[in-house]
Amino acid sequence: MGRKILLENSDIPNIKSFDVFRAHGGYVSVEKALKTMAPDEIIEEVKKSGLRGRGGAGFPTGLKWTFLDRKSNKPRYLVCNGDESEPGTFKDRYLMEKLPHLLIEGMICSSFALGVNTAYIYIRGEFKYLLGILNQAINEAYKNGFLGKNILGTNFSLDMYVHPGAGAYICGEETALLESLEGNRGNPRIKPPFPAVVGLYDCPTVVNNVETLANVGYIVNFGGDAYASIGLGKSTGTKLISACGNINNPGVYEIELGMSVEDFIYKEEFCGGIKDKLELKAVVPGGSSVPIVPKELILFTASGEKRLMTYESLAEGGFESGTMLGSGGFIVYDQNACIVRNTWNFSRFYHHESCGQCSPCREGTGWMEKILWRIEHGHGNMKDIDLLISIADKIEGNTICPLGDAAAWPVASAIRHFREDFIFHVQYPEIVKNIKHGALYKYDNQD
Amino acid sequence: MSGQKINHILHQKQNIPICFSEAILQKVHKIIAHYPEGKQKSALLPILHIAQEELGGYLNVDVMDYIADLLKIQPIEVYEVATFYSQYYLDKVGKYVIEVCRTGPCAICGGEDIQEYLEGKLHIKDGETTADGLFTLKTVECLGACGFAPVMQINTEFYEHLTPAKIDIILEDLRLNATNDKHSDKTWAEKYS
Repeated sequence: MGRKILLENSDIPNIKSFDVFRAHGGYVSVEKALKTMAPDEIIEEVKKSGLRGRGGAGFPTGLKWTFLDRKSNKPRYLVCNGDESEPGTFKDRYLMEKLPHLLIEGMICSSFALGVNTAYIYIRGEFKYLLGILNQAINEAYKNGFLGKNILGTNFSLDMYVHPGAGAYICGEETALLESLEGNRGNPRIKPPFPAVVGLYDCPTVVNNVETLANVGYIVNFGGDAYASIGLGKSTGTKLISACGNINNPGVYEIELGMSVEDFIYKEEFCGGIKDKLELKAVVPGGSSVPIVPKELILFTASGEKRLMTYESLAEGGFESGTMLGSGGFIVYDQNACIVRNTWNFSRFYHHESCGQCSPCREGTGWMEKILWRIEHGHGNMKDIDLLISIADKIEGNTICPLGDAAAWPVASAIRHFREDFIFHVQYPEIVKNIKHGALYKYDNQD
Repeated sequence: MSGQKINHILHQKQNIPICFSEAILQKVHKIIAHYPEGKQKSALLPILHIAQEELGGYLNVDVMDYIADLLKIQPIEVYEVATFYSQYYLDKVGKYVIEVCRTGPCAICGGEDIQEYLEGKLHIKDGETTADGLFTLKTVECLGACGFAPVMQINTEFYEHLTPAKIDIILEDLRLNATNDKHSDKTWAEKYS
């Protein structure tokens, strides 16, 4: 337990620069891939590794790669999804800021495996500062012969560009991202066809998360089996977890999948326990879209087993008592946090970010926001609680993209596990109105 | 919503001739070359960022029509994009746009107090600009910096672990910089070198 793949070298001074990165074993995988491996061998290793998409869905990466249409004579594209916007998630920015060359290295190997000659890194517009960092790293890679024509004297050529978005959560959805990359509004496309067949410019396209692609160099270097030996069961490898909320040590941690949730929350080298010695109330372990679960169900499953940081263990119990690993955006709430206010806050987020194409999402997120606002502000009635569940039910599964589901799950799970908090808000409106901002937090430091 | 926005922007048309400087135009053509031939529309988002910064601080209809012309696309294709993304401003904004995160993780760490403090200090509400044209205050959704909550961005530069005392210092610094006209961060165009 405790092995690292991605952040092993992240503390080395100036690891951002090509020379330092190269001196610490950087780009070795590109040499190995291009000179000694066939593209299909790399795909085979990635399949063997069990690597799953790190953006949130957890779909097996190797399998996704095999869907890429290789029969058409159209150019193929690789697009790196760096539109990290899921509330609670800030791991990809960390990776791109600290180790831009690790991403580029992984993308070169992936492009070679997929027969791609043009790759794009899509970053959210708010990450303007990363545009300079990534462009500089890409320029260095060109200068040193790892990008451009005939890389390392082989027949393989690859161009790589960074594309900034301009503020839209929906562009993290892969087809909305492609629309945005084509210079359009970020409206998700109806699937099928999937991007693997009809993607960027109607050409076969693979879209992978930043963290997913950053793992490929390791898999090429050490093999899929070595990667699969890390982690637990079908949750292979490591995962970057971005921890935030009411904890002592917020930050980005690379954990070997399989450690217990309890250790992650309370151990000093990770979250370091709940701030101000308060009690844990609830956790959203995979970004705002995944179900919120109370203390007893995040530390243990409904059947009493220790909950582990794996895709399977976090999901155990389904939506009745489980949740999801998602993007690894780990939000911790202490005993003073107001679940109703937080649910209203998230609903407002999804209403704001709905692209407006599908009416269940466009209208439903707005209704949920309004109803939650009135409950939180002391104007709710008992029927509102079940009305919220009814709206969430009608959004879920009825939209083109998963934003609808993502908006419905936090509301449904908050009511499932914290119904008494909602009832309290309806029964005691005068008390609710007098609690400022719903929570009794304190400032970090009064400097 | 977008219909209203577009009506609003079309009424502002002044038919003023607009053009990037030669140096910026070179950058713009370099960015267009990142995309395949005939797919120059892909460059719209990055070029709108540059246009907003270089051509007056917001995207008025004259600027958007110029960009449409430059990319050989229809003006409506620019309007529909400019009205979709939250980082493009359709109205004049202050020299410094303060964007305070209001989403969950920041909110449970005091983000709402920060917003209130800023409103009180600047005597403006969400979406408004100070009379001296220096500051615009805006609440925004998750900035992807939840571990450093509460956070805000000022002209896309991040400020983290905010407290009232920190905000006092930040605003004071900006007021001084404003008279020196010193930019603390590189421009969008400079990020492409």
